[in-house]
Amino acid sequence: MAKVTFATDLCKGCGLCVTACPRGIITLSREKINQKGHSPAEVTDGSKCIGCAFCATMCPDCVITVEK
Amino acid sequence: MTVFEKPKSLTDAPLHYCPGCTHGIIHRLVAQAIDTLGIEGKTIGVAPVGCAVMAYDYFACDMVEAAHGRAPAVATGIKRALPENIVFTYQGDGDLASIGMAETVHAATRNENITVIFVNNAIYGMTGGQMAPTSLPGQVTQTSPYGRDVATVGYPIRVSEMLAALDAPAYIQRVAVNNVKHVKEAEKAILKAFRNQVEGRGFSLIEVISSCPTNWGMTPEAALRWVEEKMIPYYPLGVYKDQTEEGTR
Repeated sequence: MAKVTFATDLCKGCGLCVTACPRGIITLSREKINQKGHSPAEVTDGSKCIGCAFCATMCPDCVITVEK
Repeated sequence: MTVFEKPKSLTDAPLHYCPGCTHGIIHRLVAQAIDTLGIEGKTIGVAPVGCAVMAYDYFACDMVEAAHGRAPAVATGIKRALPENIVFTYQGDGDLASIGMAETVHAATRNENITVIFVNNAIYGMTGGQMAPTSLPGQVTQTSPYGRDVATVGYPIRVSEMLAALDAPAYIQRVAVNNVKHVKEAEKAILKAFRNQVEGRGFSLIEVISSCPTNWGMTPEAALRWVEEKMIPYYPLGVYKDQTEEGTR
């Protein structure tokens, strides 16, 4: 099963991963605020992830690691 | 199995770029190329003046910081003194296409065996969004508040096309990083540019169409749409010169 991990404190909340995700399962957190003061990206339903790494490809800050 | 992780040729320093700035993607593609070719130990990068001025903190290879626009001249010196090392420059449009135009053109026409990564986002980012040589006609910037007027300040410079008119350079390509497909193409182009140097083929320049959400006054997502709708039609993607086949040099 595919698994994405976010280095949350590096995330700047730009949302490029949100638009890149073909399954639409990434959102910017409505509750968390990270060290930099941004709302970090997070996965809403990990079971739907197909491990395509589109999110990581578009992430400018190398926040995302994808495993399969 | 890991499908995607941070390349080893990037340090752990958090990037200082604005949210959604595609400099980070381009840094990663350069680091991936260095990793793929296994040349981290002998690569020397030359950082520009501009937003990427602190690139020396982010690449895990030796780095030199050049005076504004002079990166190809500095890279020429390093490469000629240390021909076994791999030398690349990483420059923005304000650096390469404005103050550094002479160094760029002459390094290209000498076919120096270096790799140039040219990040074109049509604006001066670090200094706060002034008009650059590559700003589009009608583009509103701090110094063209009514839009770039080509009658008084001239037209944008298409660097790839211009350098491709020279006889010497080995490889010139323009790519973009505004969607996954384009990032994958840019990854291949940058790898080829480094491989050309490893194989001694001469001057390779990859122009990467980038975004500047902050100074364009857009969200990161809207900025990438603007790249697709406005920049790519003016700066068409593609290979502009390829003299890398055996025996063509």
